[in-house]
Amino acid sequence: MEVQEIINEKNLVYQPSKLLTGAAFNFCPGCGHGTVVRLVMEVVEEMDIQSDVIGISPVGCSVLLYDFYNIDVIQAAHGRATAVATGLKRVLPDKFVFTYQGDGDLAAIGTGETIHACNRGENITVIYVNNGTYGMTGGQMAPTTIPGMKTSTSPRGRDVATMGHPLRITDIVASLDGACYVTRQAVHTPAAVRKTKRALRTAFENQKLKRGTSFVEVVCSCHSGWKMTPLQSNRWMEENMFPYYPLGDLKVMNGQT
Amino acid sequence: MAKIRGAIVVDAERCKGCSVCVANCPQQVIALGKTVNSKGYYYAEMAFADKCTGCVNCAIICPDGAISVYRVKVEN
Repeated sequence: MEVQEIINEKNLVYQPSKLLTGAAFNFCPGCGHGTVVRLVMEVVEEMDIQSDVIGISPVGCSVLLYDFYNIDVIQAAHGRATAVATGLKRVLPDKFVFTYQGDGDLAAIGTGETIHACNRGENITVIYVNNGTYGMTGGQMAPTTIPGMKTSTSPRGRDVATMGHPLRITDIVASLDGACYVTRQAVHTPAAVRKTKRALRTAFENQKLKRGTSFVEVVCSCHSGWKMTPLQSNRWMEENMFPYYPLGDLKVMNGQT
Repeated sequence: MAKIRGAIVVDAERCKGCSVCVANCPQQVIALGKTVNSKGYYYAEMAFADKCTGCVNCAIICPDGAISVYRVKVEN
């Protein structure tokens, strides 16, 4: 059978979500952000909630989300996505509201907003992409940078004696009563991508059931910031990031799938 | 015995040549081509088409959503 015969509408098993505008992603080649951006729309498409979902993108690599999504997206100030989501969800409680944030946004300037929104148990989904660096501004050290990791502002590696310890904000959120689902996933292999998609689905389903805040961390590479190739950075992430940020569910309320 | 055949279509303009699909293809079907797209990236293409099983791994790992996958069962 010729390849041209196989490429036929009736044999189609996978295509990128129709809720993406078709604009090329502005992320660096091989960046896990693109995978997460795509997965969110796949979940929204599967749940058929595209007319009821509102995304909030703050500052960072997530900033141009509105260019890629055929849904409503609000651009929030740096770190304030969960505060904007709180207001939005309270005014429009029937809408699905999610925030898409990086670690420089959620775990640094937005720590207060994040912790208090999760503690209040706002019925929103927080998607947190953690690459251990400020990717957009040139790979500076972030609160999540792991010990010994070289960045443009810690060229000899992060020294915990002078620069402090990395912040595991997902663990903090898991300890809050308002959070109903807290998980840490990755997108470096096809199996990990499938698990992340399931986690995102659960996080959106929880909004329908009004359970509280769902928090999905995705550990991701930033090879431009880490000065590696995409494949090298995925390997480095497995060897160095995962021991510090172990994957898996941190909190699952009874009755969740 | 029935055989599964697959095929992928790469959107050359969206592909940035990151090679993540090349490394994650269990059948080693994909390779970067020798031509560049309008942005100057060597884009991925199906180098060994007859080995593709349409497993979708390349498409779900693709950070740019550039790959569509087709699969068909061939009766011998």
